[in-house]
Amino acid sequence: MSVTVTSRGSCLTAALSGDIDHHGARTMMRELEEIISEELPRRLELDLSDVSFMDSSGIALLLMAKRQMEHAGGTLRATHIPAQARRVLDAAGVGRLVPLE
Amino acid sequence: MQHIVLDEAEVSFPSRSANEGFARAAAACFAARLDPTLEELADIRTAVSEAVTNAVVHAYPDKIGKITMRLRLLEDSVLEITVRDKGVGIPDVKKAREPLFTTGSEERSGMGFTIMESFMDSLQVRSAVGKGTTITMRRRLARRTAQ
Repeated sequence: MSVTVTSRGSCLTAALSGDIDHHGARTMMRELEEIISEELPRRLELDLSDVSFMDSSGIALLLMAKRQMEHAGGTLRATHIPAQARRVLDAAGVGRLVPLE
Repeated sequence: MQHIVLDEAEVSFPSRSANEGFARAAAACFAARLDPTLEELADIRTAVSEAVTNAVVHAYPDKIGKITMRLRLLEDSVLEITVRDKGVGIPDVKKAREPLFTTGSEERSGMGFTIMESFMDSLQVRSAVGKGTTITMRRRLARRTAQ
């Protein structure tokens, strides 16, 4: 489980990997919070291609990141979403709040 | 409705968050004998993760307690998963099952029961304050072999 950040101008990509469950999400959330408050990106892309599992803890993580990005005047989107994570996000209607690509 | 139990397994573990992954893997391993599709397996893992996380987060607020997961194979390719704790219980089950309701911190989304309901065919929650909570979920898996 890890967060890898790459930056291009004011756009930041955070690649999340591993299991985003209650056990793993806490550390990931803290890392993301730090990244956002330090870098203050205009756009944050969460690349989920290496996420091996996600449950509703991932929903909380996405909503937390969205709130923080909005607070900083930026936008958030999630990309490369694996099928299992997509089903979780769809069941909760997260697509209405965060662009899922 | 009474079902004939074809096989069953039970695992108990302490309410540590590291055991969420163990519970998912154990349930997926038991379900494998039904030759599930990848999607069915993913749904089962997700529902188990939600049920066990609820017990880890809410059942034992100030201590580590025991969580028991029972896996049953019922006739007609039905998988039954029961997650049981002897924790504080849920005062209002109806409210707890509402989408977005949570007594947890910002780390929780309040969507656990909604996910369990969407990914399983049935979900039963029995709880008594001070005695614990039992969640029973069932999912019928598609038969992929020719009849």
